[in-house]
Formats: sequence, structure tokens, C-alpha cells
Amino acid sequence: MIRSHVLICGGTGCTSSGSPAIREHLEKELKRQGLDEEIKVVQTGCFGLCALGPIMIVYPEGTFYSRVTEEDVTEIVSEHLLKGRPVERLVYNPKTEDMPHGVTSLSETPFYKSQMRIALRNCGVIDPEQIDEYIALDGYLALGKVLTEMTPQQVIDVMKASGLRGRGGAGFPTGTKWQFAANNASDEKFVICNADEGDPGAFMDRSILEGDPHAVLEAMAIAGYAIGGTHGYIYVRAEYPIAVKRLEIAIDQAREYGLLGKNIFGTDFSFDIDIRLGAGAFVCGEETALMTSIEGFRGEPRNKPPFPAEKGLFGKPTIINNVETLANVPQIIVKGAQWFSSVGTDCTKGTKVFALGGKINNTGLVEIPMGTTLRQILFEIGGGIPGGKKFKAAQTGGPSGGCIPTEHLDTPIDYENLKAIGSMMGSGGLIVMDEDNCMVDIARFFLEFTVDESCGKCTPCRIGTRRLLEMLNKITEGNGTLEDLDKMEELSHYIIENALCGLGQTAPNPVLSTLKYFRNEYEAHVVEKRCPAGVCKKLLQYVIDPNKCTGCTLCARKCPVSCIAGKVKEPHVIDQSKCIKCGACMDNCKFSAISKK
Amino acid sequence: MKSLQELAEIRERSKGKVALREGHNEIRIVVGMATCGIAAGARPVLSALVEEVEKQGLSEKATVSQTGCIGICRLEPIVEVFEVGKEKVTYVKMTPEKVSQIVSEHIKGGKPVYEYTIGEK
Repeated sequence: MIRSHVLICGGTGCTSSGSPAIREHLEKELKRQGLDEEIKVVQTGCFGLCALGPIMIVYPEGTFYSRVTEEDVTEIVSEHLLKGRPVERLVYNPKTEDMPHGVTSLSETPFYKSQMRIALRNCGVIDPEQIDEYIALDGYLALGKVLTEMTPQQVIDVMKASGLRGRGGAGFPTGTKWQFAANNASDEKFVICNADEGDPGAFMDRSILEGDPHAVLEAMAIAGYAIGGTHGYIYVRAEYPIAVKRLEIAIDQAREYGLLGKNIFGTDFSFDIDIRLGAGAFVCGEETALMTSIEGFRGEPRNKPPFPAEKGLFGKPTIINNVETLANVPQIIVKGAQWFSSVGTDCTKGTKVFALGGKINNTGLVEIPMGTTLRQILFEIGGGIPGGKKFKAAQTGGPSGGCIPTEHLDTPIDYENLKAIGSMMGSGGLIVMDEDNCMVDIARFFLEFTVDESCGKCTPCRIGTRRLLEMLNKITEGNGTLEDLDKMEELSHYIIENALCGLGQTAPNPVLSTLKYFRNEYEAHVVEKRCPAGVCKKLLQYVIDPNKCTGCTLCARKCPVSCIAGKVKEPHVIDQSKCIKCGACMDNCKFSAISKK
Repeated sequence: MKSLQELAEIRERSKGKVALREGHNEIRIVVGMATCGIAAGARPVLSALVEEVEKQGLSEKATVSQTGCIGICRLEPIVEVFEVGKEKVTYVKMTPEKVSQIVSEHIKGGKPVYEYTIGEK
């Protein structure tokens, strides 16, 4: 019998910090100490606390080990797994004011306490490569129920009543989308899972696919039944190799069990799924471009209407749902629409997964009920800003979203509220910025991304975003004028109104929202020719304080362009005309005599 | 997959595989596995418990785990049984031979085997 399970995170974060080697070592060590018959090693999906990876949990105790290394494995086996003494130095045990001796269970840690896991419920719990583990936790129960007890219309009605809305960012009601496709008669209809997650800093969908691929397959089959479709495609980026591999395994297993294929559960319903790999173009996350790409053409968007529910893939009625949206579906069927709609705010039900990144202590993946405030996410769950720095803004929605400044930290998160303050829900990337981030530079960074990713089909996006970027570059180089700020605003609105697809229609958002909340920073760049955060290189000067400089010559030797001059034991001087602002002098000075201003 | 029945069978069959991770089995059987325990022969006792619980089909009801030194080293190997709402039962001077009786009478039947416990001699 197995008396203990050791779960090792096999998500992308922990894999890159070395979890596969730890797993291999652990299996070897268990064998060596004769424990392999009673202790099972399980590779799971993401636990969420990526900042502390690689992560290992030992059950039944539920001991949570963080930052495990290969060298720790022998000790964990001989001390904990054999003798029952957890290796305290590796146990994640954050001490809080209420619990000065640390928490006793994982669900009490500030990171997990306010989370609610629906889409991520199996991530970090099951082995994603074992269909039996998914089934053990009520997997495929929803599909069985739908096929044997419900009509397609009843399924759609449940989705409508649940209030589930698209988690890809736009927030369109899922049930309504399914209804449109169901209403359109056709000999063939398609279900597409949009797994083309491309925002910088976003890894929600990737983690779901890596941690619980069967939930997505099951939901797609349910959607197929609801709209009358028999074929599904998962459009996933080729640069998500772990997700692709686990999806392939999951599809094979589901086919073997007859959960995909012909006459599922002995009914007339047949459904199968294929994977299509995307090459990583951001525009292919836009639904019409995605379909064009699946059809074998260059990924370019097309006009809507006709909407995909009417004329989608290969001209047939099609629904396209995001990974996270789909991951909610089986749960809604099993637990009921009312259960789901009891979570969240008035117009936004359920939970949202966010990928926390940037200047935040607990970088990772969190799922919170809608209506949670940004303050709770950042300061309770996220553990605040590292190094005691001051919070400046958080970017939601990636390059299509906007920034949320301090004054809006207490806004309850839902689609409408975020829109009202000039940002958007987006797919769930949440990038935190502190006082060291320059907001003009942030806007420039995101715009550089959209300029690169614009497909070029429509002029407002192709040329408009480039002109915007040029103006931003001008400002960060100290050549901007106040007139440019107004021009940027005007151009932004023009692009939003005229671009063909979602990419262009949202690309100016970072510019508009930073202009709205941080106009003073723009003005400092333009009027005072100064970057308040000290980021924009062209506006920076590195200077040596003659009172502190001892003339050790180290900076002069480190300077890659030899622009620092001075005699030994006498204060040195930087030639500003030659300086490339690399900062090497400041990093190397042992007397803190060099500062930037 | 031909029927809900078939799915339910797979679910039942697989439940035991993940039950451990939910961590809330009614009964916890804990073996003292410190140096003193191991020296006195706790390792074969632990193995025997693990096997016996499985053999008698109790793996969803009880978990077997280990702990450090319980304090009364002279009575090792020690096995303690924790059950929700009941006082814990401590077995002392355990041997693999005593295991099957304890599992069937106590874990399965609910009656502690007093002849092996610490108090009653």
C-alpha cells in the first residue's frame, strides 16, 4: 500500500527551476532506502507559488516544502519520509501577526487563504498525465450528466444562468455565445479552445493546460454537445511544450476510455479534438485571426460581423472559448448554475485567475472570487512589494489593458469596474510596478510589443501604433513637446475607433491610461527633461560626488567607453558627451560616490 | 466509455489513489520512527501496518504515517491511533505479528486491543 504521496510541481516555473531532476533523484533515493513500495511520487501542475519553486508537498501531512534542491532530497527521504520528521528549514511557514508561530496548514497561509479555486481546482492536486486521477475527483461526471440527462438547450440554459463570461478578456457571456452557434443550422459546427496566450507576463492558461488538461477536453465536448458540433480544435502556442505534451497525452487517454470519439456514453453523440500549434503571433489570439490560422492561412483578422457563431472556421458556425472559461464549465454542470453565480459581484460571477508578476513578493498564479480588491491581491495574497518600495501602479490586461494607480486599489475587480477606471480585465496578466518604474517607459514597452505584433492588415493599427511609439520614443529621449501629449491622445482615440480587430482597438490603452493617471511624469519628461523614476537613459546623468570619490580609478577601468577621467587619488569626472549610461561605474563604486539623476 | 456506471467504477477504483491528498481520513495511525523506534524495530511494524491496512481495504478510512520520538523510548516501538472525537490509543512494544489483530479489531472493528496498549497490562 502507498502510505504517502510526494507531489512535485511540474509546471513551467518549477520545471525551469529544476523540478524534473529533483523528481528523478527522489525516485532513486526512495528505491535506495527501500521506500518505493510505500511512497508514491506524483508530478502535478502549478501550485501557484512560483516564486518559491521548486515546490514539493508531502501527504497525508500536507507539508509544503519550498525552494527544494537536489541536495535536499536525501535528507527529506531519510528524515521525513522514513522517520516522520519534516525538514523544518525547507518548510514554507510564513509567520503573520495572528499566527506568530507560523501557520499549521497550507490553506491558512496568506497566499492561499483568500483564494478560491474553481478553474485551478486540480492544479497541484492531481497528476495531469493520469486520467484516473481526474476521474477520481469527479472528472467527466459533467459530460456524463450532460449526455445522459440533459438536452443541448438545457446545457446552454445552465451556462446562461451561471453568468459565466469569457475569461479571455472581453467578458462576453458564454451561454449567449453558445446559443448563437446552436441557433445556426449547419451540417458541421466547431468548438475551438483559444490557448494562444501571448500577453507578456501571463501564464494562466498555460498552467491550466499543464495542470488539468482533461477539464478543458471535457468542457469542449460539453460545448460540442450544446451547439451540435462534432469536432474541436485546441489552438495552442508551440512555445508551451509541456502544455502541448500533456494535452496530447490527455487526448490519447480520453480516446482510449471512449470519452472522446464515437458514441460517447453509449449515446449518439460523437466528438473529437485535434491540436493546432500556433507559431506565437500575438494577433492569433484574436478569434478571427486564430481561425484563419487554423485554416492554413497567414494569421490575419477578418471583419465582424459575420461573427464566428454564424460563419466561423471553414465558414461554419463556431464557438471560440478561452482555456480558463472552459475550465469552469464542468464544475458549473456538476455543482449547478446557482452555486457558480453565488460567487462574485452583481454582473461578474465566479472567479478569475491572475498571473502575478513584476515587483511583487509572491510571483505566481492566484485565483480569487470576482469582487476581491486589487489591494487584497497585491498586499495580502501577493505579499506586497519587495524591498519596502512604494507601489506605483498595476497593469492588468497586458498590452491591451491599462494601469491602475494607488487611488483605485480598493476597486472590487470585475469587468465593468476595471473598464470604468480605464483598464480592463484582460486575460489575467497582472504586472506590478513600483516607484522605480517610469510610466512613460512602461507605455513605450507595451507599444513596442503591439507595433511588433501588429499584423499589418489595417492602417490604423499598422501605421497608427508606429506613430504613437515614435512620439513616445521622442518623449523618453527628452525631445517631446506638450503638443505631442495632446496629439498622442487624439491618435489613440482614432486607432481605437478605426482598427480592424481587438489588437489595434486596445493597443493605445496603455498610453491613454498612463496619460490619464501619470500625466505629471510625461510632463516632467517634456518640460523638465527629467525622468522622475530614473529609467529613461537619455534623460539620465551619472555624476561622481567629488567629496566621496577617493580616486581609486576602479570606475575608470570598468567604464566600457572610457569616458571617466581623473588622476589617482583625485576625484574623477564623467564625460557626459561620451557616457552610454550603462551604470557599470555606479555598480562598481565601493564608496557610493556615483549617483544618477 | 459506454455508461455512467462504467465511469463510476473507474472513479471508485481511483479514489484511493488521491484520497491521501485530501488528508482527512477518520483515523490516523502514527508510528514512532525516531532512532529509538527504528532501533527497537519500528520499521517492520510500519511496513506491516501499511500492508495490513491495504489488505483489509481500509485505505480510505485510515492513513499510516510516522512521527519522531514519542518520549517513552523504553516501550518502543510505539504506535498511536488517533480517531476524530475519541481519545488516542497508544500501543507499546509493537511487533509486526501484533499488527493484523490491531487493524482488524481496532481500525476495522472500533475496539482497541487493550492487551497491547500502554495502560492495561
